[in-house]
Amino acid sequence: MEMPVPSQSVLARKSRVVERLQGVLPMDAVIHDEMETRAYECDALTAYRCPPMAAVLPTTTKEVSGVLRICHEEGVPVVPRGSGTSLAGGALPTADCVILGVARMNDVIETNYPDRYIRVQTGRTNLSVTGAVEEDGFFYAPDPSSQLACAIAGNIAMNSGGAHCLKYGVTTNNLMGVTMVLMTGEIVEIGGAHLDAGNLDLLGLICGSEGQLGVVTEATLRILHKPEGARPVLVGFDDNEVAGACVSDIIKAGVLPVAIEFMDALCIKTCEEFAQAGYPDCQALLIIEVEGSEAEIDDQLARIVKIANQHNPVEVRESKSAEESAAIWLGRKSAFGAMGQISDYMCLDGTIPVSELPMVLRRIGELSDQFGLPVGNVFHAGDGNMHPLILFDANKPGDLELCEEMGAEILKLCVDAGGCLTGEHGVGIEKRDLMTYQYAPADLEAQLAVKDVFDPHWLLNAAKVFPLAVSHDRRAE
Amino acid sequence: MMTPTSEQELSEYVSQAKGPLVIKGGGTRGVGVDGDVLNTGGLTGIDLYEPGALTVVAKAGTALSAIKTTLAGERQRLAFEPMDYRGLLGLKGEPTIGGIVAGNISGPRRIQVGAARDFTLGVRFVDGQGTIVKNGGRVMKNVTGYDLVKLLSGSWGTLGVLSEVSLKVLPMPEAEATLCVHGLGVIDAVGAMAAALGSPYDVSGAAHLPNDDTGVTMIRVEGFTDSVSYRTAQLRETLAKFGGEITVIENVDAAWATVRDVKNFHGKDGDVWRISVKPSDGPAVLAAIDPLEVQFDWAGGLVWVRTEQGTDVRAKLSGISGHATLVRGTGQPRFQPETAGVAALSAGMRQQFDPRGILNAGLMTA
Repeated sequence: MEMPVPSQSVLARKSRVVERLQGVLPMDAVIHDEMETRAYECDALTAYRCPPMAAVLPTTTKEVSGVLRICHEEGVPVVPRGSGTSLAGGALPTADCVILGVARMNDVIETNYPDRYIRVQTGRTNLSVTGAVEEDGFFYAPDPSSQLACAIAGNIAMNSGGAHCLKYGVTTNNLMGVTMVLMTGEIVEIGGAHLDAGNLDLLGLICGSEGQLGVVTEATLRILHKPEGARPVLVGFDDNEVAGACVSDIIKAGVLPVAIEFMDALCIKTCEEFAQAGYPDCQALLIIEVEGSEAEIDDQLARIVKIANQHNPVEVRESKSAEESAAIWLGRKSAFGAMGQISDYMCLDGTIPVSELPMVLRRIGELSDQFGLPVGNVFHAGDGNMHPLILFDANKPGDLELCEEMGAEILKLCVDAGGCLTGEHGVGIEKRDLMTYQYAPADLEAQLAVKDVFDPHWLLNAAKVFPLAVSHDRRAE
Repeated sequence: MMTPTSEQELSEYVSQAKGPLVIKGGGTRGVGVDGDVLNTGGLTGIDLYEPGALTVVAKAGTALSAIKTTLAGERQRLAFEPMDYRGLLGLKGEPTIGGIVAGNISGPRRIQVGAARDFTLGVRFVDGQGTIVKNGGRVMKNVTGYDLVKLLSGSWGTLGVLSEVSLKVLPMPEAEATLCVHGLGVIDAVGAMAAALGSPYDVSGAAHLPNDDTGVTMIRVEGFTDSVSYRTAQLRETLAKFGGEITVIENVDAAWATVRDVKNFHGKDGDVWRISVKPSDGPAVLAAIDPLEVQFDWAGGLVWVRTEQGTDVRAKLSGISGHATLVRGTGQPRFQPETAGVAALSAGMRQQFDPRGILNAGLMTA
């Protein structure tokens, strides 16, 4: 993985930069000791590490503004960081950068139930946003798997999704407004507690821009009343393609589940051994969850079971209680941990049109044979967001590279099928070099032109999203 | 008038333009800027429709009615319920899907499911230099690169001329019902709508029409038949505490078309403003403007007002956060002026996407 050569001129000015940062922040909020900066050397894409020149932990928008103003004046690159849970290397530092971590900014600023929103500082974790309103019956809908740890700042940067976005949408559909600090230190307010933009929709542009346009310090988020209840049904099939066809038929029938999760044979077997969830021994498994009152749930599940039965399932297990629901979800929720027990793995995130599911699964199987690396598939089938897990041995020389090569082939396959490289994890450094496969030069140029406006000197998280060769002439050297 | 029949031709017309262009879809919004007319009506056709994937892809000039008909064949629909402006503006023409996306035009169901911009999965467009650009695609979840789909949605053709759009569609419900609470004042009506939307009963519309003598507050639910009757009964209890007689109507399309298209304002004089605020500010908006006529949608957050010609509505709203659009009338900026910092960013966008300033010039900035 290539990263830009660190600027010697910036590194030579480290003590001066640190001193200036200490002028706008409390002493303990500026981390510059080489042992301590190592805590920020990577995010959840742990294969790549690089300690930053310094890290800062501001507590207010004003402090963030002060930090960015100084870095702007000094020409120091800045990498924003939420909780560091990015699977795409979105918060990977460069050696000459200042990491701007929002972890200390976790206040709830306002809760408004009549208007159904909450305003928080963006270092607050996803789950603790729901935590702040759940006693009153409300929740924040986007639910990435890392929701216990991941910060709203990172959710906004990556436009995070989750298992339930089939019904509730992803971050951008639940984000109403932000306070953002530009690289110059200027603070802008975009959106608010009202709906839609009165002029250009800059809020929609900022969400998913991977921390390259500004640092979002506060966010107004839509909250919803919790459903009366939710229950899943588990359906096992002896064929992947049949499971895919069943998903399509459920959607066509007008039932809109909150989640349709898919697991293939390798994942089913591994999760069963790990969690003893009582899954059937079969080729493909769907977990379909619906919400509503008891009667509404019964009605929707009956409709789903009727459709599933037309596809010769090997097992249909309708949950009748909270315990049975938990048992059905147990295996799925432990999937990533279970796979991690048996092997190192790389988790991909391509999205495909649901109709292409059978073809793409078949091709992934063929690539697995070709590269000699096993692949498990566990993903959000309702919206075509796949998570192929490629198993490899990190201690075996060349295996990581082989795995990355195979991952690239799978992502190209997703693009060829009419889909995209990443559905909810973001591009980061991981998929940066594949961007030219999905986008023509003019398509990329239009995106680069946006960054030119928000960050003309390309100091903010500049080595991400775009291939280095594409962004080379713009980045500060 | 230029009427390109392919994206390539569209690109050539734009790159060779010698002066400002007026981008015309169905012509149902009368954008009122000067220049040579560039009509997207030659770019028509549904390229792809996959009911099982809830996706439709169409050329920008495709008539909205053609798309609705195709979707209805599979019992699906555009859930954001795009408004029809023709009656309000006294214009004819056929709304196009590109115009809907370019204007981010939604209706009452926006409060539940999101706006046009939330259902737009991908766009192809021609920027102000004639360059063809694509962004997004036809899948539900896509975070690959910047989301220019949102930027183009609601940019009214000023950043680029849409040539193709890809949209998420949803199933039509089996049943629907609307609870009508009669005789509530504005404050109680907004309270009732907040209570309905703050319930677990999946409300898909909340509007208040105060002007006729009886005043009616409408709450809509949709879904499977048994579920609709259950939720209607639950909501009746929720709403009872606000007083007022409650009736239930089951054939609801006409009632919601009245709200969606602001039919009560049709054929009447004066300026028309569309104001978006947080719902609980709805009554304050009414008090500040004291209009000739008012309609509340989106639980009170979307306030339509009809005022005397030339009323500076924005001046009256100082202190209330949100935005106001002059939908019918002259003499004021049509779109909400931005704060200095945000305006600089928007100006930067315009400079990048349309450096010659020829696409619907001045529409959003003057």
